[in-house]
Amino acid sequence: MQFVQLLVSGISQGCIYGLIALGFVLIYKATETVSFAQGDLMMLGAFCGLALMTVLGWPFWIAVLASIAAMALFGVLLERIVVRPILGQPAFSIVMLTIGIGYVLRGLVTMIPGIGTETHALPVPYKEQTLHLGALVLDVEQLVVIAATAALCLLLFAMFRYTRLGVAMQASSQNQLAAYYMGIPVQRLNGLTWGLAAAMAAVAGLLLAPITFVHANMGFIGLKAFPAAVVGGFSSLPGAIVGGVVIGVVESLSGFYLPEGFKDTAAYIVVLLMLMVRPNGLFGEALRKKV
Amino acid sequence: MRFIFKTSYAQDIRLAKHAGHRFWYGLLCLGLLAAPWLLPEYWLAQLTFVLIYGVVGLGLMLLAGFTGQFSLGHAAFLGVGAYTQAVLTTMGWPFALALACAALLSAAVGVVVGLPALRVKGIYLGMATLAFGFIVEEVFARWESVTAGNAGMYVPPPQVAGYAFESANAFYLLCLAITVLATLAVLNLLRAPTGRAFVAIRDSEVSAQSMGIHLARYKTLSFALSAALAGVGGALYAHKLQFISPDQFSILQSIDLLLMVVIGGLGSVHGAFLGAAFLISMPQLISLGKDWLPDAIGQAPGLQAVVYGVVLVAFVLFEPMGLYGRWLKVRTWLELFPFYRKGMFKRQKSFQKSDRLK
Amino acid sequence: MNAPSPHSDVLLSAQHLSVRFGGLLAVNDVSFDVRRGEVFTLIGPNGAGKTTVFNLISRIYQPTSGQILYHPGQGAPLVLTGQPAHRVAGLGIARTFQNIELFEHASVLHNLLIGRHTRRETGLWADMFFTPRVRAAEMRAREKAEQVIDFLDLQHYRDQLVAGLPYGVRKVVELARALCTEPQLLLLDEPSSGLNVEETDDMAFWIQDIRDELGITVLMVEHDMSLVSKVSDRVLAMNQGEVLAMGTPHAVQTDPGVAEAYLGSVDDVSSLRRSAPPAKAAA
Repeated sequence: MQFVQLLVSGISQGCIYGLIALGFVLIYKATETVSFAQGDLMMLGAFCGLALMTVLGWPFWIAVLASIAAMALFGVLLERIVVRPILGQPAFSIVMLTIGIGYVLRGLVTMIPGIGTETHALPVPYKEQTLHLGALVLDVEQLVVIAATAALCLLLFAMFRYTRLGVAMQASSQNQLAAYYMGIPVQRLNGLTWGLAAAMAAVAGLLLAPITFVHANMGFIGLKAFPAAVVGGFSSLPGAIVGGVVIGVVESLSGFYLPEGFKDTAAYIVVLLMLMVRPNGLFGEALRKKV
Repeated sequence: MRFIFKTSYAQDIRLAKHAGHRFWYGLLCLGLLAAPWLLPEYWLAQLTFVLIYGVVGLGLMLLAGFTGQFSLGHAAFLGVGAYTQAVLTTMGWPFALALACAALLSAAVGVVVGLPALRVKGIYLGMATLAFGFIVEEVFARWESVTAGNAGMYVPPPQVAGYAFESANAFYLLCLAITVLATLAVLNLLRAPTGRAFVAIRDSEVSAQSMGIHLARYKTLSFALSAALAGVGGALYAHKLQFISPDQFSILQSIDLLLMVVIGGLGSVHGAFLGAAFLISMPQLISLGKDWLPDAIGQAPGLQAVVYGVVLVAFVLFEPMGLYGRWLKVRTWLELFPFYRKGMFKRQKSFQKSDRLK
Repeated sequence: MNAPSPHSDVLLSAQHLSVRFGGLLAVNDVSFDVRRGEVFTLIGPNGAGKTTVFNLISRIYQPTSGQILYHPGQGAPLVLTGQPAHRVAGLGIARTFQNIELFEHASVLHNLLIGRHTRRETGLWADMFFTPRVRAAEMRAREKAEQVIDFLDLQHYRDQLVAGLPYGVRKVVELARALCTEPQLLLLDEPSSGLNVEETDDMAFWIQDIRDELGITVLMVEHDMSLVSKVSDRVLAMNQGEVLAMGTPHAVQTDPGVAEAYLGSVDDVSSLRRSAPPAKAAA
């Protein structure tokens, strides 16, 4: 029983990691840049939902959809203003840029008078509900996370596999110049990708909010999402979710069965093991430069 | 305007390329030596921190700027050096011996952290170093018998041959000496085959290998040296603060170090020190500027994060060559005045090519 | 062509080399000998496996079967296919790359000095203290690099960053860097690709000088037939990973199989036409 509950909570936490990792992998697949700002975008999405629900008093579903849309727009703007000028520069610079963006977002939110430095609860309709399956007592919040993640995954997979948009995104990630020549609107695609990633971060934030509450340092969970992406393989979308779930479950179980301190580092130990055994992750592809 | 007319190989090999170099660097050295008598105590302490962070920055610059290896967990090495120094000097070991051990232990940890570098590149390596950073920080917190865990530990002042460097002036001069030695060591490496091998690995691993450079050996060496320098910096850091705790060596510290080398100018030794100066002076500038801002902004807790973030973003967008790059442009403008042409340092528009196929 | 030559003038001997990438057989049972002091050229259409053979020799790829024997001295041959990639330069084999692989953020001189890596005389600690031994070694390395710069007329570009140089100059810098390793065998991958007529002529003279003055054996891949005829002693034609013909340039170029596969003798281009040719057009 304890084990199943640990498993469920691990999977649900893992889904959050997976959703954020999905954002990374999406941006990486399309533009081959790694965005360290995903965690803070998630935090921003949660605050956005909070503001719409508590300050403006909008009903739950409308607030959720509105925050996702708002964050998507924000992602597009972010790409247009800050990321686009430096595409083509070495990966290291772009990583530093996204770290800087994360800092700015976190700082700005903290600066909002009153709300910024406090921890808030998000008023969701399924708050604190539990589901009883025989002897099992499961948190509805966690189940909602799992269900929402699964649905989102299917949507994205279908998009990349079956739509021209998905193929175009992959093309421009591998060789931007050639994609331009093929008539692919590379810059618009990049903007779309960032918008999509920001929207997913918003979903992650809204799903996570009931569990961890909304506060300015929420974004640090994003750092655990990196191991998820690495374990799954940085170029694989389903891999991101699988990686996230793996990390979440390992964390949950080691928090209970292993001594103090392993819970926090479990994710990183898994990463190192994975890099030693299978550097390209579970689903990643190994590509080699032809000389 | 200065034309350097080269007449011998020795001239090219020398560190100070011409009389102007010798003059200005000589002046700098004199200034630094005289600092204890010229500066008030607070500013001397800040300068000491600049030197300490400069040494750590040298290490990170060697690894990231010159060998092209991502290191997102560099604070771990800082911590290893700090804790080793703290533990050994508390046990009564002399300063120099403890410092050597701190450097060696950091180098050993560097070799371990560098093992993934032999198999993976780019962002994967970054993740591995990030992971190591977290694990090492956790070890500091959990290994209470040695490090006193989250409660932190006190560090005695350095003792050399019975003389305790308790005064700020004496400690500053000690740091200055170590910094100068470290800088010369790195500069020497860079003008010798070892340093060139590092640069080769950064620019093209395949052709470095075909030139006979043993990739695994040199990457490991780079990690070891970089970690050793960070360890030395960490040891001095421990003595300066006189109290260390695990949260000083977290991911935020690692990001600060990266900020330092990026803003300073990736790929130059000057960049390490300019970045260190920036890192130390930024909080001062913010507190000075606070008074001019309206209360809502000036007193807000997130101001420092916003300023750091904005500056970092601005540098990456507008001045990728960092402070050193900006200084080069200014100097060239002054040298060529009034013939400076606007497009001299213009970046070529580059199209993104897949890094996975590198 | 198949058995290893008993002559002591064989420098490199490829024996029944095969490489398989997944389902693709990139190189299939290729054997040839390169004799000391000659210029040996590999020709063939794109995808024939020529650069793959190069990559096998410089140990970037591992052959699925077969081996390469290398005779640097008079003693027993070295099995090259058992060596790691970074040892190849030290054994006296240098190469240039088809898509230039220079160190972009270093000057031309720096690139050449990196080429001297296998001849370095000092290790980490001496380097850090820049002892007089290191200084003397640096001077010697500089002298050798200057000799190569003289040979290839690169004085003008000595201190410029590679990143800003025109394509033709970069090709020469690649060649210079390979020469700095003081090789016995030089692998040139398409030395004239992207060069104009004058630059190609210069390249031809340099290849001849490398063979005649420096005594270096040259193994090259080339598409420019006039360059091949001008400088090569022997030619090997490949197609789809297999050997088609080997011999003097003239013999190979007039071989019917080579003509069909590579040089072009097919007149029937009807499959490429978009519509039926107009009746009045001349045949």
